[in-house]
Amino acid sequence: MMVLILGIETSCDETSAAVVRDGQEILSNVVASQIEIHRRYGGVVPEIASRHHMENIGPVVEEALQRAGVHFQDLHGIAVTHGPGLVGALLVGVSYAKAAAFALQKPLMAVHHLLGHIYAAFLSHRRLPLPAVALIVSGGHTELVYMEDHGKLEILGSTRDDAAGEAFDKVARVLGLPYPGGPELELLAQGGDPEAIKFPRAWLEEGSLDFSFSGLKTAVINHLRQAAARGEHVNRADVAASFQEAVVDVLVGKSIEAARRKKARSLLLVGGVAANRRLRSRMEEEARKIGLPLFSPPLNLCTDNAAMIACAGYYKYLRKEFASWDLNAYPSLPLA
Amino acid sequence: MLVLGIDSATSVLSAALMEGENLRGEISVQGDKERASDLLSLIDQLLQKTGTDFSQVEGIAVSLGPGSFTGLRIGLATAKGLAHAGGKPLVGVPTLDALAWNAWGINGIICPVLYARRQEIYSALYRWQEGKLCLLAPYQALHPSSLLVLLDSYREPVYLLGDGVRPFGEWWRQLGSRVYFLPSTHFFPRAGVIAFLGGKRLQMGEVDDLFRLKPIYLRPAPGEGRA
Ligand SMILES: [Zn+2]
Repeated sequence: MMVLILGIETSCDETSAAVVRDGQEILSNVVASQIEIHRRYGGVVPEIASRHHMENIGPVVEEALQRAGVHFQDLHGIAVTHGPGLVGALLVGVSYAKAAAFALQKPLMAVHHLLGHIYAAFLSHRRLPLPAVALIVSGGHTELVYMEDHGKLEILGSTRDDAAGEAFDKVARVLGLPYPGGPELELLAQGGDPEAIKFPRAWLEEGSLDFSFSGLKTAVINHLRQAAARGEHVNRADVAASFQEAVVDVLVGKSIEAARRKKARSLLLVGGVAANRRLRSRMEEEARKIGLPLFSPPLNLCTDNAAMIACAGYYKYLRKEFASWDLNAYPSLPLA
Repeated sequence: MLVLGIDSATSVLSAALMEGENLRGEISVQGDKERASDLLSLIDQLLQKTGTDFSQVEGIAVSLGPGSFTGLRIGLATAKGLAHAGGKPLVGVPTLDALAWNAWGINGIICPVLYARRQEIYSALYRWQEGKLCLLAPYQALHPSSLLVLLDSYREPVYLLGDGVRPFGEWWRQLGSRVYFLPSTHFFPRAGVIAFLGGKRLQMGEVDDLFRLKPIYLRPAPGEGRA
């Protein structure tokens, strides 16, 4: 049987709608980014984001349907991100999706944003072996998740302070790079020596799979301050590369340890920061050493998009996990 | 023409079905911002209680604001989702117009005031003329003192209504014997009025663009213009 799911995602600054067939074939994946609008404020302004979602949602959904060549009536269900994220932004997508599903009398699936990120890997590799361990890294999240089967998830570790992407953005700002700093910092790091400065790695207590990046950020700031006080020239590329290496070391080390501990049959690297090439290549290298297949979706599926939400929604649809008409948006919704 | 009206601009959630001049049903519930997500459940209940199938609804009318930003977006996103997927025409109705309608037929200046936080209100001035509600002063967000200045230029009785009346009582009393307050039963915009006013526009063939319709915020977003 062919199943068509419309996905809607409005949790942060991207308005997205997508049509996905059978949880795998992306018929359309429209993303209206507000990055240019928020660039001038150096970060996402919630009320501005919500207003743009309100203006974008109709045209984005319409374009997704048209590009997929389907009508509302052809859909089997609608999947929507209901958290975590900016509550005002989430409410636009949730309200729209609920109303559309109600008008069609079709099932509504509520999808956790991070579950969506995990399912981005299923869009590119449907038959990836389970159980899996997934590292979700983005501007808002750093989570290690154990996925025993569809619908069976367990959080193994989370960040205790900054998300990895947030640390990238903050250090980028300290280095005077434009917003959003993550990709800019990666670019700068390419010309630097990752061994130049020994920044601290926060491994935390013995056996912990949690993360902490605020100490590292402070170490970078102190390094720059001390160099300035001594009147020394700072090689910014070396600082960027050394900082990046410290983050990557911990992310890779803990992911491999989690996969080993859980006897996972695959490792997933997802979320916006998964686009970082250094992280990808180091993760690949370490996974290969222990014979663990690594799955990481292409760049356009790593960043926020609705195809991943539609895919996660498809598996909920198969399990008949439907949401009711009083579905709300939850800014800090737990994954499991 | 069977029109579904929706209002979530204030702390009251309201949904109504109007068939031409006749009210089929209306549900209004005092809620809060979080509970605005109950709006669709309210619509579901309304359809069930009135024995209406959504496919029978011929048009959607939604309260456009001003009001709570989040409330306005929940209302408009719900209305757009229903209209888009259901293939139904959509019209927006300014919330203050619907509120002023609660003072139907009154002789004098009608002044709806909605509580806007930050020591301000959303307001506009109206007058009944030849059976029509005429807008005298445009929708704006302002401090009660500025509204008093505006009202001073009219030498007529003033009728106040809305959830902005009570928080600023001492200001309104400065109008002396010229000020009248409508009963508090008339203080909230009702979806029945939204459906009625929207239905009149729909009947004349006036439809708003589903993709372009925006809430009436009256204020820039916090942070806007900061950089
Ligand atoms: Zn994300």
